[in-house]
Amino acid sequence: MLPAQPNGCNSPDMSLWVIQRDLLLAMRRRADVLTTLFFFIIVVSLFPLGVGPEINMLRTMAPGVVWVAALLASMLSLGRMFSSDYLDGTLEQMLLSPQSLSMLVLGKALAHWLVTGVPLVLMSPVLGIQYDLSTEALLVLTASLLLGTPVLSLIGAIGAALTLGLRGGGVLVSLLVLPLYIPVLIFGAGAVEASAAGLGAGAHLSLLGAFLLVSLVLAPWAAAVSLRISME
Amino acid sequence: MAINWFKYSSPASFYFLAGKMIPLFTIAAIILFAVGLYIGFFVAPTDFQQGEAYRIIFIHVPAAWMSMFLYVMMAIWAGIGLAFNTRLSSMMATAIAPTGAMFTFLALWTGALWGKPMWGAWWVWDARLTSELILLFLYIGFMSLQAAIDDPRRADKAGAVIALVGVVNIPIIYFSVKWWNTLHQGASVSITQSPKMATTMLTGMLIMSIACWMYAIAVILMRTRTIILERERHTVWVGELQGVTK
Repeated sequence: MLPAQPNGCNSPDMSLWVIQRDLLLAMRRRADVLTTLFFFIIVVSLFPLGVGPEINMLRTMAPGVVWVAALLASMLSLGRMFSSDYLDGTLEQMLLSPQSLSMLVLGKALAHWLVTGVPLVLMSPVLGIQYDLSTEALLVLTASLLLGTPVLSLIGAIGAALTLGLRGGGVLVSLLVLPLYIPVLIFGAGAVEASAAGLGAGAHLSLLGAFLLVSLVLAPWAAAVSLRISME
Repeated sequence: MAINWFKYSSPASFYFLAGKMIPLFTIAAIILFAVGLYIGFFVAPTDFQQGEAYRIIFIHVPAAWMSMFLYVMMAIWAGIGLAFNTRLSSMMATAIAPTGAMFTFLALWTGALWGKPMWGAWWVWDARLTSELILLFLYIGFMSLQAAIDDPRRADKAGAVIALVGVVNIPIIYFSVKWWNTLHQGASVSITQSPKMATTMLTGMLIMSIACWMYAIAVILMRTRTIILERERHTVWVGELQGVTK
């Protein structure tokens, strides 16, 4: 049974309700969640096959490879963020509800992160071991993914909202969203490299945290505007 | 008598204003290109370090400036269109995008041509080159989003959102790429410490910049006129243009 919708106009309740609802729906379709995770694992495992098993090279490549794979995995699952609700009319009802649409979008983006981002974060140390990363590098890699993947979901919400219901939306969303992911990629992968170089990952992780805070404030709002444009 | 500032925000009256302005900007562009190229090829001295190859800056630098300036202009027009719901502003934004993308491509292309004799490589992952490449991706994203949407008003607004998000991101992207580049000291090629430029070189470059600007305005106005005709084809005034009476 779906959790009851909150009666009041209290916006954080709305976000929580959307998160609960989306998680429940995701649990009913576990295959979708696993597909994204396995995509991530396969892409990361393909790189050694492509460039050769030389362990020193793999060690320097690892953060970049894991991060690019995380970017692609997060982007590929963006289509699911709004499309099923759009097709069955739920999204229209959500737009009509008196609650703030931004909070609703925030809930959707966080649910997307919990379903696609968190499994990647949990899986990344295992994949890092494939690339012979040190314990410290594994910790930094996991921390950078933990801070960075929610940013991917939040920025992705804008792209998903803009391409809602368009033909070829899946390819289009990659054109829109991937250039915007670049700063997250740079500082996410850079954190591991900086800690390996003895510089400490603090600066990179702080910047990722800053991106997270800025996108938490701005992205749901921009995505809400985009949803209204797409649903007109 | 009060001036009606909004007279030309109507596509119908702007169409004729643009028609009058296009020849002026075209002539200015042709004259300035001729003067600028003459200075660039014949007046400006040969650079003692870079030889003749440096002459590509007369088109490279103006193209790079225009590529960034036009993205900001595009975002401003798109933002005005989104905020005030003015159709003409959104049409301007749509018209600017291909010219901006063309200048971005030109800057990358001429940069590669300059890089080969100077650095020995067509492409290096320098901060400026990389961010220019990302700028090209942003232009392409804007154009393909608008192309994918059939309803012109939705295309205008969706394009405006992505252009504004891009403008917020451009400084972030630029500085990330810059810091990323300094972290990877491998290539260690820098174009920031350029030698002091001779006055004639600077003059030539500025004239070429203004020429590119005039060209961009002329082409954008032509494209806006085409977009106006396409979108207003069912109106009476467009019908009258073609001698069709409704």
